[in-house]
Amino acid sequence: VSDPDLEPQAGAALAGEPGPEVAAMTPAARLAGYVRGGGIVVPVLTTLLAFFVGGLVILVTGHNPLSTYKAIFNGTGLNWFFPWTSSDDRTTAALNLQQTLIITTPLILVGLAVAFAFRAGLFNIGGEGQYLVGSYFAVWVGSSFSGMPKLLHIVVAIVAAALAGAVWAGIAGLLKATVGAHEVISTIMLNWIAVWVGIYLFGLNGPLQNSDPQQQSVPVSSDVVSSAKLPVFWGDPELQGLHVGLFIALAAVLVFWVLVNRSKIGYEVRAVGLNPEAARYGGISVARNYVLVMAVCGVFAGIAGSLDVLGWEFHIATNDIQLASASGLGFIGIAVALLGRNTAGGTLAAALLFGALLSGTSQRNLDPTIFEPELASNLTLIIQGLVVLIVSADVIVLTMLRRGRGLFRRRRPAAPAPAQEAEAA
Amino acid sequence: LSTAVATAAPRRAVQPRHAGWAGIALGFVAWFIALPPVLARTPVPSILIGLLAMTAGAWAIAGGEKRLGWGAVVAGLVGGAGAVASTQSGVGNLQDVVTWSALVAATLRFATPLTFGALGGIISERSGVVNIALEGMMLTGAFFGIFGADLLDSWFLGLLVGMAAGGVVALLYAFFAIQLRADQIVGGTAINFLALGITGYIFLDHYGDQGTPDNIPRVPDVSIPGIKNLSFFGDAIGKANLLTWVALVGAVVLAVFLFRTPQGLRVRAVGEHPRAAETVGISVMRTRYLSVVCSGVLAAMGGAYLSIAFVGSFNQGMTAGRGFIALAAVIFGKWSPGGAVAAAMLFGFSTALAQRLPAFSPSAAVLFQALPYVLTLIAVAGVIGRSRPPAADGQPYIKE
Repeated sequence: VSDPDLEPQAGAALAGEPGPEVAAMTPAARLAGYVRGGGIVVPVLTTLLAFFVGGLVILVTGHNPLSTYKAIFNGTGLNWFFPWTSSDDRTTAALNLQQTLIITTPLILVGLAVAFAFRAGLFNIGGEGQYLVGSYFAVWVGSSFSGMPKLLHIVVAIVAAALAGAVWAGIAGLLKATVGAHEVISTIMLNWIAVWVGIYLFGLNGPLQNSDPQQQSVPVSSDVVSSAKLPVFWGDPELQGLHVGLFIALAAVLVFWVLVNRSKIGYEVRAVGLNPEAARYGGISVARNYVLVMAVCGVFAGIAGSLDVLGWEFHIATNDIQLASASGLGFIGIAVALLGRNTAGGTLAAALLFGALLSGTSQRNLDPTIFEPELASNLTLIIQGLVVLIVSADVIVLTMLRRGRGLFRRRRPAAPAPAQEAEAA
Repeated sequence: LSTAVATAAPRRAVQPRHAGWAGIALGFVAWFIALPPVLARTPVPSILIGLLAMTAGAWAIAGGEKRLGWGAVVAGLVGGAGAVASTQSGVGNLQDVVTWSALVAATLRFATPLTFGALGGIISERSGVVNIALEGMMLTGAFFGIFGADLLDSWFLGLLVGMAAGGVVALLYAFFAIQLRADQIVGGTAINFLALGITGYIFLDHYGDQGTPDNIPRVPDVSIPGIKNLSFFGDAIGKANLLTWVALVGAVVLAVFLFRTPQGLRVRAVGEHPRAAETVGISVMRTRYLSVVCSGVLAAMGGAYLSIAFVGSFNQGMTAGRGFIALAAVIFGKWSPGGAVAAAMLFGFSTALAQRLPAFSPSAAVLFQALPYVLTLIAVAGVIGRSRPPAADGQPYIKE
């Protein structure tokens, strides 16, 4: 899954002596080194380590990690693929697998939204806000214009969500490009603005609260009308079967791959990510790229929001917005992108992993006699946190491994550095 | 003669700077007189004062104080417009919303956790470690504060347990950010996930569906006999929570520490130019470790305030973005304790107002909750003066 197309100078700083330039490297350059460094082995080890520590947590709190993980696995429905699964189990597995893929669909897209920004040296922590804004527009378009033809209605809703996401993310890109405001800060702020705007829109007496007289005391939007609902291609539409949004997400993976690896935009984006100064010197407009990249990220995340709304949620409740504000899909997208090392295939695989984990630990799929789903969903958060934590440090771990050095350099005999340093200063 | 004027100019009694501040103050006054308890029912005096404020602002702009002058012009405009709007609305509504003692009390309540969090953010970022994990550290303090208070049956011990837990989480973050030179923003995000998962897990495992018990020992309010009976702010300030006072004192202590002591200078040096600091014998690693752990302890105090002083219970993810508002206060307050307290008060006030505004508009009041984020977005956009972080903020340090 590794990306062979990276510029050779990407890892040069890592291969050479670690000077101050390592400290000043952009996240993309650090991650580029990571891509070169570990192949598929390191993400797999990262995942195993995270699951191992999660198992320790289960053990310490008096549960059996093996049976818990087995129950979670059965909850994912991935045993559907095993030929030895009995036909009774297979029916349940199919239902569970549909849920897993329903969650995987938006995760792929928010993962791509984070990954694309990383390739340009930007940290898009605002996937959640872009996802939310996209879902607001999708539910607005989807629940109005009821006379529209089916395909057109769906397309309009998705395009509106994509544009909304692009604008929302574009604000951060524009601020970065024009006044140099750090995108991490601005995207965090935009996340929370999106959250409160949503609570306003769909809250009691809000402008987009449902128009059903029976539900005037419920802070929830109107339902998406049938002409805007995505068709279900596997399972019963009444029982939340798998909708065609999965194919849109898979197409987005392809678009991402082409965009990054086979287009002028992708070349510029990677150049800016690896070294903005060199890119500027080479005639690339860094500012324009920042805006463009963020807008593309917003498109991915906005579509993710629209697919959830048009595919299976059909309405937005303010409760869900509040829950999503801390641990929503947009944040899991960060873990997805980092574990997938910001490549198309890696993001797809990581999205499937986290999608499976989320659905396997959900109230609907996990057997509560073995492990309580509420506990398990917190276990998911712990595993997710561990994955991101391990990934955050792996560039340097890899460098150290490769160079055969210990991490605790203070214990080594001090080099005759003071004189050298005085000269440098 | 011209040289005499030029030398005399700086010695004028009223400088453009003063005019700018006076204009901003007048803008507040313009609105204030239209609100309870003054409650002028005609907009004329407010409009006049607003115009005066704008004039002062214009004069300040002409005198070279552009930013302050524009601030005064905007304050005059907003104050006048607000006053006109207030005189148009019903007295009953106004008195419902603008009960100053209740507003001030609520502002202090909402500002306290933000202040703790922001102080934590400042010490960490001043030493050059971006702390996006404030949210997670606060949440850790909130849960372990109430967990300790419940198990040990003492709010004081509970607070200590919460602070220790925040310190441990910060130590984990410091190990990754400083020792392993992890990407600090990715690492901080990870800490936030971990804190959410760990606190939620232990909370459910220990308390189940019942939630925390009702009889948790709470941090007491401080009753100040003299001030308590004053009419205006007396109720709010005379009965504020102990931790509110600790937060305010903490801000003063941190300001003195950072800007008036050699240790504080060292912290700032490490955050601005670690190599130079190392050259003069300051241990960058040790300074950063200590700063980040302090940061975690402070943020955890803010979280513990939420659980064992303010609410008296815990629920999953109860900090609900307050760590990020604290981060916003750090930026909005330009990485200084005084600025951060002011920002925390402003953000606390906007939340307090959001709770009372439904008298006017039941749905739109909630938008005030977004005000801190909007203001910070405007601040980082450079509209209200440039917000400049410490030079080495977020850069891992590699010892030569």
